[in-house]
Amino acid sequence: MGKKSLSAALLTTTAMLAAAGCGGGGTPGGDETAAAPLNPKSVSGTIKVLTNRTDLVQDGTLKRYAAEFNKKYPKVKVEFEGITDYEGEVKIRMNTDKYGDVLLIPGAVAKGDYPKFFAPLGDTGSMKDEYRFTDKTDVGGRTYGIATFGTADGLVYNKALWKKAGITKWPASPQEFLTDLKAVGDRTGATPYYTNFKDGWPLSSPWTNSIGSVSCDSRASDALADTDAPWGQGTDLNVIDTLLYDVVHDGLSEKDPTTTNWESSKTLLAKGKISSMLLGSWAITQMRDAAKKAGRNPDDIGFMPFPVQKGGKFCATLVSDYQQAVNIHSGHKQAARAWIDWFTQKSGYSATEGAVSALRAAPMPATLKEFTDNDVTMVERSEADTAEVNAIDNAAEIGLYKPDYRQKLVDLARGAQKGSLKDYFTDLNKRWAEAEQTAGS
Amino acid sequence: MTHTTHTAPPPGPPAKTDGIRRRAGRRNHVPPHRSWRQHPLRRLTPWLFLLVPLALLITFTYVPVGNMIYYSFTDWDGVSPDRSFVGGDNYRELVTRPELFRVFAVSLYYLAASAVQIAAALYFATLLSFDLRLRNLFKGILFFPYLINGVAIGFVFLYFFQDGGTLDSVLSLFGAGGGHAWLGDPRSANTSLAGVSVWRFTGLNFVLFLGAIQSIPGEQYEAAELDGASRWQQFRHLIVPGIRPVIGLSVILAISGSLSVFEIPYIMTGGATGTQTFVIQTVKLAFQFNKTGLASACAVVLLLIILAVTWIQRRLLPDEKVDLV
Repeated sequence: MGKKSLSAALLTTTAMLAAAGCGGGGTPGGDETAAAPLNPKSVSGTIKVLTNRTDLVQDGTLKRYAAEFNKKYPKVKVEFEGITDYEGEVKIRMNTDKYGDVLLIPGAVAKGDYPKFFAPLGDTGSMKDEYRFTDKTDVGGRTYGIATFGTADGLVYNKALWKKAGITKWPASPQEFLTDLKAVGDRTGATPYYTNFKDGWPLSSPWTNSIGSVSCDSRASDALADTDAPWGQGTDLNVIDTLLYDVVHDGLSEKDPTTTNWESSKTLLAKGKISSMLLGSWAITQMRDAAKKAGRNPDDIGFMPFPVQKGGKFCATLVSDYQQAVNIHSGHKQAARAWIDWFTQKSGYSATEGAVSALRAAPMPATLKEFTDNDVTMVERSEADTAEVNAIDNAAEIGLYKPDYRQKLVDLARGAQKGSLKDYFTDLNKRWAEAEQTAGS
Repeated sequence: MTHTTHTAPPPGPPAKTDGIRRRAGRRNHVPPHRSWRQHPLRRLTPWLFLLVPLALLITFTYVPVGNMIYYSFTDWDGVSPDRSFVGGDNYRELVTRPELFRVFAVSLYYLAASAVQIAAALYFATLLSFDLRLRNLFKGILFFPYLINGVAIGFVFLYFFQDGGTLDSVLSLFGAGGGHAWLGDPRSANTSLAGVSVWRFTGLNFVLFLGAIQSIPGEQYEAAELDGASRWQQFRHLIVPGIRPVIGLSVILAISGSLSVFEIPYIMTGGATGTQTFVIQTVKLAFQFNKTGLASACAVVLLLIILAVTWIQRRLLPDEKVDLV
């Protein structure tokens, strides 16, 4: 009898819970702009800043920034919380009200939802003259985030190694790139290209960020929202993915891609065991550090644009990294905004990181000296239609910024899975076109 | 239930008998034991003891499961504060997309591996149930892998299978170093991963079997030996029937385990190169493509499949009462 009542009790609880599961929801009415205070001395409070840079939290760099900040804003206390799995954790925390005062906007948040989570920072019309990348967080004419920094798309390579192989000029076409890689491999014995297949992300964002580098068009990424054949003949994605396929197919990448390791690949590139990797300009500083640690010359690390020329000139897309935003539930919006403004304008963070500042007025960083010297056109990627592109991408389950579809491409190229590149492109086009029908509307 | 209640009422033994005796002295017509049994508080005692585990169980198992079932009827993306009720749309989508179920083919590798695993565990359990030198050491060695965290195992074996890694160097000692990319193609990768799972879970099956075998009374072996039964005959007619329920349990665990493989392939390959299992696919739907609703429906369907398989299995091979004596 006791047993029966127990199971009955459990059943009732479960049923009740299933019915009550529909909590959450509701949007706070905070529509006020998070404006910087007019008088720095007047603003006070403790703000919490969420960051993915656990390394900078641990080595005290961020604390030093906060101390600098306090010279101007003495009554604001800044606390940092470094989160290793930033995307996964913050996404879940955003189901509550407590996700810090200042945070980096997770990629999973749909653009249309920004006004529900973040306080607006100002009108895009007036902000875009001062800041780069404002259209990435522009919803209905208002900007919700300011980029921590931006990066230029391109290949990190070991200059000394390429020189040893007798190559001094940047390859200007995918064909030239393949020939050069082969020469490097033959003459130096190094792995010409390293895919970082196992870690996955080096196959996703760096390659997808090259959309626009190929066509030299800042709106190339937006155009994906209205095409039903993104991998059609001559498109950016077709050129990019064909190049990756050819590199792997011609045996110019690492022998066993399934057991690669990102951390050790940095040292291998610095030591000249690997000749090149497509990354972003953010990687240059890390590679130079790795070179220093390995006892090599940091200046051997070079950066070259994606091997395609348009009208005789190289192009490189400039994309925004994480954007800082103010939590709409924050009780200290002024202090939070003051931190973002100070961090962007005065901290010197982007220059230290060797990245492109979010401020239009700031000069290009030293890491991109080769690009500015050789007159590479910087194309700031337009993000006007990113929301639609992402919606289609998710509906199609392709994942332009996820490793899976390029891991399959690499598997096809090395013969681990059966199929041809042409059929794969046809299939991707078909999935994209179908998803556009359902998600685009 | 009666067993727990016997030992339940606090405080310690001497105080308890005192209390009962005193109360018994006051109303001398009722036997001391009956009075406490009929006391209303006494019926509450087991519930008081159950309160904490039940609260934990409900908070961490039933509430999330209830939520998941609810999400499976919505189009929630996992972040947005808004979600709308879409009825059975997610389930309809699952049924109309047979390619989502193709990943179950990968489970066959793990199913085959669990057959190997059960056989190996049974073999070692039988062997070590007899008097053997260093048997406790061997028991420890066999059980040890199960104690290691799954994530750690993933990383250890990543180095193991690496080009020029442990496996390759061991093989080259025997002159067989072919430089094979173990995780390089779907067949080899799935076999390697299934091998890792055998390595990890044999210990658990082994301990279950060993415990069951040791509960078989020793006289029976003596009797069997007197009758001239060989070791194989002892195994076939004494041990196997004696531990049948445990074997049945292991088979159920093996089947449900191979349908829901996750940790090892997710850490080692991330589901690349044809190693994607149903759970990895579900996780990707939820956290890469923000289709939390659809992914919840996948999870519910997996639960139903496992329940159905277990039910069929119980129908086909009902548990017989073990009766050795």
